[in-house]
Amino acid sequence: MLMCHVKGCATDNFPLRIEDAELEQVEVEFNEDFMRRMINKIEWGAFVQTAFALGVDQLPATVPENIDTEFLQRIHRVAMETKLKEGKMICNGCKHVYPVTDGIPNMLLQETEV
Amino acid sequence: MKTPSLIHFTEKDYDHVYEPSEDTFLLLDALEEDAGLISELQPTLCLEVGSGSGCVTTFLGFLWPHAYYMASDINPHAAAATKKTGFHNGVPIDPVLSNFATGFGARLHKAVDILIFNPPYVVTPSSEVGSSGIEAAWAGGVDGREVLDQFIPHIEGLLSEKGLFYLVTVKENRPLEIMAHMKEVYGLYSKVVMTRRAGIEGLAIIRFSRVEH
Ligand SMILES: [Zn+2]
Repeated sequence: MLMCHVKGCATDNFPLRIEDAELEQVEVEFNEDFMRRMINKIEWGAFVQTAFALGVDQLPATVPENIDTEFLQRIHRVAMETKLKEGKMICNGCKHVYPVTDGIPNMLLQETEV
Repeated sequence: MKTPSLIHFTEKDYDHVYEPSEDTFLLLDALEEDAGLISELQPTLCLEVGSGSGCVTTFLGFLWPHAYYMASDINPHAAAATKKTGFHNGVPIDPVLSNFATGFGARLHKAVDILIFNPPYVVTPSSEVGSSGIEAAWAGGVDGREVLDQFIPHIEGLLSEKGLFYLVTVKENRPLEIMAHMKEVYGLYSKVVMTRRAGIEGLAIIRFSRVEH
Protein backbone atom coordinates (compact mmCIF):
# COMPACT_ATOMS: atom_id res chain seq x y z
CA MET A 1 0.00 0.00 0.00
CA LEU A 2 2.86 2.36 0.72
CA MET A 3 4.66 4.26 -2.01
CA CYS A 4 7.55 6.67 -2.29
CA HIS A 5 6.61 10.31 -1.89
CA VAL A 6 9.97 12.00 -2.18
CA LYS A 7 9.52 15.26 -4.07
CA GLY A 8 10.07 14.74 -7.78
CA CYS A 9 10.09 10.96 -7.50
CA ALA A 10 7.37 9.86 -9.87
CA THR A 11 8.58 6.80 -11.77
CA ASP A 12 9.13 3.26 -10.60
CA ASN A 13 8.17 4.24 -7.05
CA PHE A 14 5.65 1.49 -6.41
CA PRO A 15 5.71 -1.08 -4.98
CA LEU A 16 8.59 -0.37 -2.66
CA ARG A 17 11.22 -3.12 -2.69
CA ILE A 18 11.60 -4.84 0.65
CA GLU A 19 15.00 -5.84 2.02
CA ASP A 20 16.21 -7.48 5.23
CA ALA A 21 12.64 -8.52 5.90
CA GLU A 22 11.62 -10.13 9.13
CA LEU A 23 8.06 -11.36 8.78
CA GLU A 24 5.55 -12.11 11.46
CA GLN A 25 2.41 -14.28 11.31
CA VAL A 26 -0.53 -12.93 13.24
CA GLU A 27 -3.98 -14.40 13.62
CA VAL A 28 -6.87 -12.39 12.25
CA GLU A 29 -10.43 -13.68 12.07
CA PHE A 30 -11.44 -14.55 8.51
CA ASN A 31 -14.49 -12.80 7.12
CA GLU A 32 -15.45 -13.83 3.62
CA ASP A 33 -17.60 -10.79 2.77
CA PHE A 34 -14.86 -8.44 3.90
CA MET A 35 -12.18 -10.22 1.88
CA ARG A 36 -14.39 -10.15 -1.20
CA ARG A 37 -14.69 -6.35 -0.82
CA MET A 38 -11.02 -5.97 0.12
CA ILE A 39 -9.76 -7.65 -3.07
CA ASN A 40 -11.14 -4.71 -5.06
CA LYS A 41 -9.05 -2.31 -3.00
CA ILE A 42 -5.80 -4.21 -3.52
CA GLU A 43 -3.36 -3.09 -6.20
CA TRP A 44 -3.15 -6.65 -7.49
CA GLY A 45 0.08 -6.54 -9.52
CA ALA A 46 2.05 -4.92 -6.72
CA PHE A 47 0.53 -7.28 -4.16
CA VAL A 48 1.48 -10.39 -6.16
CA GLN A 49 4.99 -9.03 -6.77
CA THR A 50 5.60 -8.26 -3.09
CA ALA A 51 4.17 -11.56 -1.84
CA PHE A 52 6.44 -13.41 -4.27
CA ALA A 53 9.56 -11.35 -3.43
CA LEU A 54 9.05 -12.06 0.27
CA GLY A 55 8.58 -15.76 -0.41
CA VAL A 56 5.11 -15.66 1.12
CA ASP A 57 3.03 -16.99 -1.77
CA GLN A 58 2.98 -17.35 -5.52
CA LEU A 59 -0.32 -15.82 -6.54
CA PRO A 60 -1.87 -15.69 -10.03
CA ALA A 61 -0.95 -12.61 -12.09
CA THR A 62 -4.60 -11.66 -12.42
CA VAL A 63 -7.51 -12.07 -10.03
CA PRO A 64 -9.34 -15.29 -10.95
CA GLU A 65 -12.81 -14.85 -12.39
CA ASN A 66 -14.52 -17.13 -9.95
CA ILE A 67 -13.24 -16.36 -6.49
CA ASP A 68 -14.00 -19.17 -4.07
CA THR A 69 -13.68 -19.28 -0.29
CA GLU A 70 -10.39 -21.11 -0.46
CA PHE A 71 -8.85 -18.37 -2.59
CA LEU A 72 -10.16 -15.68 -0.25
CA GLN A 73 -8.61 -17.52 2.70
CA ARG A 74 -5.32 -17.56 0.87
CA ILE A 75 -5.49 -13.80 0.26
CA HIS A 76 -6.51 -13.31 3.87
CA ARG A 77 -3.39 -15.11 5.02
CA VAL A 78 -1.11 -12.99 2.84
CA ALA A 79 -2.79 -9.59 3.18
CA MET A 80 -4.10 -9.68 6.73
CA GLU A 81 -2.01 -12.23 8.64
CA THR A 82 1.50 -11.78 7.23
CA LYS A 83 3.12 -8.64 8.60
CA LEU A 84 6.45 -7.03 7.93
CA LYS A 85 7.91 -6.70 11.41
CA GLU A 86 11.36 -5.35 10.61
CA GLY A 87 13.06 -4.39 7.38
CA LYS A 88 13.65 -1.70 4.82
CA MET A 89 11.35 -0.54 2.07
CA ILE A 90 13.36 0.88 -0.79
CA CYS A 91 12.14 3.01 -3.66
CA ASN A 92 13.32 1.62 -7.00
CA GLY A 93 13.01 5.11 -8.48
CA CYS A 94 15.07 7.31 -6.15
CA LYS A 95 16.59 4.70 -3.78
CA HIS A 96 15.09 6.30 -0.72
CA VAL A 97 15.01 3.88 2.22
CA TYR A 98 11.98 3.75 4.50
CA PRO A 99 12.73 1.72 7.62
CA VAL A 100 10.16 -0.57 9.23
CA THR A 101 10.55 -0.96 12.98
CA ASP A 102 8.30 -3.09 15.17
CA GLY A 103 5.81 -3.39 12.35
CA ILE A 104 5.57 0.36 11.77
CA PRO A 105 6.87 1.82 8.49
CA ASN A 106 8.51 5.21 8.86
CA MET A 107 7.34 7.22 5.88
CA LEU A 108 8.48 10.59 7.28
CA LEU A 109 10.94 12.48 5.12
CA GLN A 110 13.65 14.96 6.02
CA GLU A 111 12.64 18.54 5.29
CA THR A 112 14.93 18.65 2.24
CA GLU A 113 13.07 15.71 0.69
CA VAL A 114 9.54 17.05 1.08
CA MET B 1 -20.76 0.00 23.13
CA LYS B 2 -17.82 -0.41 25.48
CA THR B 3 -14.89 2.01 25.35
CA PRO B 4 -11.52 0.48 24.36
CA SER B 5 -9.44 -0.69 27.29
CA LEU B 6 -6.34 1.43 27.79
CA ILE B 7 -4.92 -0.39 30.81
CA HIS B 8 -1.75 -1.21 28.86
CA PHE B 9 -0.72 2.46 29.20
CA THR B 10 0.86 4.01 32.28
CA GLU B 11 0.81 7.69 33.27
CA LYS B 12 4.28 7.92 31.75
CA ASP B 13 2.98 6.97 28.29
CA TYR B 14 0.76 10.03 28.40
CA ASP B 15 3.89 12.22 28.56
CA HIS B 16 4.33 11.29 24.89
CA VAL B 17 0.87 10.37 23.66
CA TYR B 18 -2.35 12.39 23.90
CA GLU B 19 -4.58 10.88 26.56
CA PRO B 20 -8.16 10.35 25.39
CA SER B 21 -10.18 13.33 26.59
CA GLU B 22 -13.56 14.97 26.08
CA ASP B 23 -12.92 15.52 22.35
CA THR B 24 -12.03 11.85 21.91
CA PHE B 25 -15.12 10.68 23.78
CA LEU B 26 -17.40 12.96 21.80
CA LEU B 27 -15.96 11.47 18.61
CA LEU B 28 -16.67 7.96 19.95
CA ASP B 29 -20.24 8.98 20.77
CA ALA B 30 -20.70 10.44 17.29
CA LEU B 31 -19.43 7.24 15.66
CA GLU B 32 -21.79 5.23 17.82
CA GLU B 33 -24.65 7.52 16.85
CA ASP B 34 -23.76 6.77 13.21
CA ALA B 35 -23.38 3.00 13.77
CA GLY B 36 -26.45 2.27 11.62
CA LEU B 37 -25.19 4.35 8.71
CA ILE B 38 -21.71 2.84 9.02
CA SER B 39 -22.88 -0.77 8.88
CA GLU B 40 -25.22 0.08 6.03
CA LEU B 41 -22.26 1.41 4.00
CA GLN B 42 -20.12 -1.66 4.78
CA PRO B 43 -16.79 0.18 4.88
CA THR B 44 -13.76 -1.82 3.75
CA LEU B 45 -10.90 0.61 4.27
CA CYS B 46 -10.66 2.97 7.24
CA LEU B 47 -7.94 5.51 7.93
CA GLU B 48 -7.44 7.68 10.97
CA VAL B 49 -5.01 10.56 10.57
CA GLY B 50 -3.27 11.52 13.81
CA SER B 51 -4.42 8.40 15.61
CA GLY B 52 -2.68 9.11 18.94
CA SER B 53 -3.57 6.46 21.52
CA GLY B 54 -5.52 4.48 18.91
CA CYS B 55 -8.69 4.69 20.99
CA VAL B 56 -10.88 5.97 18.14
CA THR B 57 -9.95 3.45 15.45
CA THR B 58 -10.20 0.63 17.98
CA PHE B 59 -13.70 1.81 18.87
CA LEU B 60 -14.62 1.93 15.20
CA GLY B 61 -13.37 -1.66 15.01
CA PHE B 62 -15.84 -2.58 17.78
CA LEU B 63 -18.71 -0.92 15.90
CA TRP B 64 -17.81 -2.42 12.53
CA PRO B 65 -15.23 -5.25 12.67
CA HIS B 66 -15.20 -6.09 8.96
CA ALA B 67 -12.70 -3.56 7.64
CA TYR B 68 -9.00 -2.97 7.23
CA TYR B 69 -7.86 -0.32 9.71
CA MET B 70 -4.99 1.96 8.89
CA ALA B 71 -3.68 4.86 10.93
CA SER B 72 -1.04 7.53 10.62
CA ASP B 73 0.72 9.78 13.08
CA ILE B 74 3.88 11.89 12.96
CA ASN B 75 4.69 11.00 16.56
CA PRO B 76 6.48 7.62 16.82
CA HIS B 77 5.13 7.06 20.36
CA ALA B 78 1.60 7.60 19.06
CA ALA B 79 1.99 5.21 16.12
CA ALA B 80 3.25 2.52 18.50
CA ALA B 81 0.45 3.29 20.98
CA THR B 82 -2.17 2.93 18.23
CA LYS B 83 -0.93 -0.53 17.33
CA LYS B 84 -0.79 -1.55 20.98
CA THR B 85 -4.33 -0.39 21.77
CA GLY B 86 -5.69 -2.18 18.72
CA PHE B 87 -3.83 -5.36 19.63
CA HIS B 88 -4.96 -5.38 23.28
CA ASN B 89 -8.56 -4.91 22.20
CA GLY B 90 -8.58 -7.42 19.36
CA VAL B 91 -8.72 -4.88 16.53
CA PRO B 92 -5.79 -5.24 14.12
CA ILE B 93 -4.56 -1.77 13.13
CA ASP B 94 -1.68 -1.01 10.75
CA PRO B 95 -0.19 2.37 11.66
CA VAL B 96 2.47 4.21 9.69
CA LEU B 97 4.66 7.09 10.72
CA SER B 98 3.56 9.70 8.25
CA ASN B 99 2.49 13.25 7.76
CA PHE B 100 -1.28 12.99 7.16
CA ALA B 101 -1.72 10.31 4.46
CA THR B 102 1.33 11.21 2.35
CA GLY B 103 2.99 7.82 2.97
CA PHE B 104 0.18 6.16 1.02
CA GLY B 105 0.58 8.48 -1.95
CA ALA B 106 -1.90 7.93 -4.76
CA ARG B 107 -2.61 4.37 -3.61
CA LEU B 108 -5.49 5.53 -1.46
CA HIS B 109 -6.99 7.72 -4.18
CA LYS B 110 -10.76 7.60 -3.62
CA ALA B 111 -10.33 4.38 -1.64
CA VAL B 112 -11.01 5.37 1.97
CA ASP B 113 -14.49 4.51 3.21
CA ILE B 114 -14.10 6.04 6.64
CA LEU B 115 -11.60 8.81 7.21
CA ILE B 116 -11.17 10.29 10.68
CA PHE B 117 -9.22 13.34 11.80
CA ASN B 118 -9.15 14.81 15.27
CA PRO B 119 -6.73 17.61 14.44
CA PRO B 120 -4.70 19.74 16.79
CA TYR B 121 -7.43 22.39 17.06
CA VAL B 122 -6.27 24.55 19.97
CA VAL B 123 -5.47 28.18 19.11
CA THR B 124 -1.73 28.63 19.73
CA PRO B 125 1.07 30.80 18.31
CA SER B 126 2.08 29.53 14.84
CA SER B 127 5.55 28.76 16.17
CA GLU B 128 4.14 25.89 18.25
CA VAL B 129 2.83 24.05 15.20
CA GLY B 130 4.89 21.37 13.49
CA SER B 131 6.56 19.35 16.22
CA SER B 132 6.42 15.57 16.20
CA GLY B 133 6.12 15.34 19.99
CA ILE B 134 2.97 15.43 22.08
CA GLU B 135 2.40 19.16 21.30
CA ALA B 136 1.48 17.96 17.80
CA ALA B 137 -1.69 16.58 19.37
CA TRP B 138 -3.12 19.99 20.20
CA ALA B 139 -1.13 22.97 18.82
CA GLY B 140 -3.28 24.28 15.98
CA GLY B 141 -1.79 27.75 15.39
CA VAL B 142 -3.94 30.64 14.14
CA ASP B 143 -7.66 29.90 14.75
CA GLY B 144 -6.54 26.35 15.57
CA ARG B 145 -6.78 25.80 11.83
CA GLU B 146 -3.19 25.60 10.58
CA VAL B 147 -2.85 21.83 10.58
CA LEU B 148 -6.42 21.18 9.42
CA ASP B 149 -5.99 23.65 6.57
CA GLN B 150 -2.94 21.70 5.38
CA PHE B 151 -5.00 18.51 5.27
CA ILE B 152 -8.17 19.95 3.70
CA PRO B 153 -6.92 19.82 0.07
CA HIS B 154 -6.31 16.04 0.41
CA ILE B 155 -9.65 14.96 1.85
CA GLU B 156 -11.78 14.74 -1.26
CA GLY B 157 -9.11 12.75 -3.09
CA LEU B 158 -8.99 10.14 -0.34
CA LEU B 159 -12.73 9.58 0.10
CA SER B 160 -14.35 6.71 -1.78
CA GLU B 161 -17.72 7.18 -3.46
CA LYS B 162 -19.54 6.16 -0.31
CA GLY B 163 -16.82 7.52 2.00
CA LEU B 164 -17.47 9.36 5.25
CA PHE B 165 -15.06 11.83 6.79
CA TYR B 166 -15.33 12.64 10.50
CA LEU B 167 -13.74 15.81 11.78
CA VAL B 168 -13.43 17.21 15.30
CA THR B 169 -13.67 20.99 15.62
CA VAL B 170 -13.99 23.66 18.29
CA LYS B 171 -15.90 26.88 17.71
CA GLU B 172 -12.66 28.90 17.30
CA ASN B 173 -12.06 26.88 14.11
CA ARG B 174 -15.29 28.37 12.67
CA PRO B 175 -16.86 25.05 11.69
CA LEU B 176 -19.63 26.62 9.59
CA GLU B 177 -17.00 28.24 7.43
CA ILE B 178 -15.22 24.88 7.02
CA MET B 179 -18.49 23.22 6.01
CA ALA B 180 -19.27 25.92 3.45
CA HIS B 181 -15.74 25.70 2.04
CA MET B 182 -15.90 21.92 1.67
CA LYS B 183 -19.18 22.19 -0.26
CA GLU B 184 -18.09 25.06 -2.44
CA VAL B 185 -14.61 23.83 -3.37
CA TYR B 186 -14.92 20.03 -3.12
CA GLY B 187 -18.65 19.40 -3.41
CA LEU B 188 -18.80 17.56 -0.09
CA TYR B 189 -21.97 17.59 1.98
CA SER B 190 -21.69 17.88 5.72
CA LYS B 191 -23.66 17.43 8.87
CA VAL B 192 -22.95 18.21 12.49
CA VAL B 193 -23.38 14.82 14.14
CA MET B 194 -22.84 15.92 17.72
CA THR B 195 -21.86 18.92 19.81
CA ARG B 196 -20.77 19.25 23.42
CA ARG B 197 -19.38 21.89 25.70
CA ALA B 198 -16.36 20.67 27.68
CA GLY B 199 -14.91 23.37 29.92
CA ILE B 200 -13.99 26.22 27.58
CA GLU B 201 -14.19 24.02 24.48
CA GLY B 202 -17.26 24.15 22.24
CA LEU B 203 -16.75 20.84 20.47
CA ALA B 204 -18.48 19.62 17.33
CA ILE B 205 -18.13 16.43 15.29
CA ILE B 206 -18.81 17.04 11.61
CA ARG B 207 -19.37 14.31 9.04
CA PHE B 208 -18.58 14.98 5.37
CA SER B 209 -19.62 12.85 2.41
CA ARG B 210 -20.13 12.96 -1.36
CA VAL B 211 -23.80 12.17 -0.99
CA GLU B 212 -26.19 13.72 1.49
CA HIS B 213 -27.05 11.54 4.51
ZN1 LIG C 1 11.34 7.49 -4.66
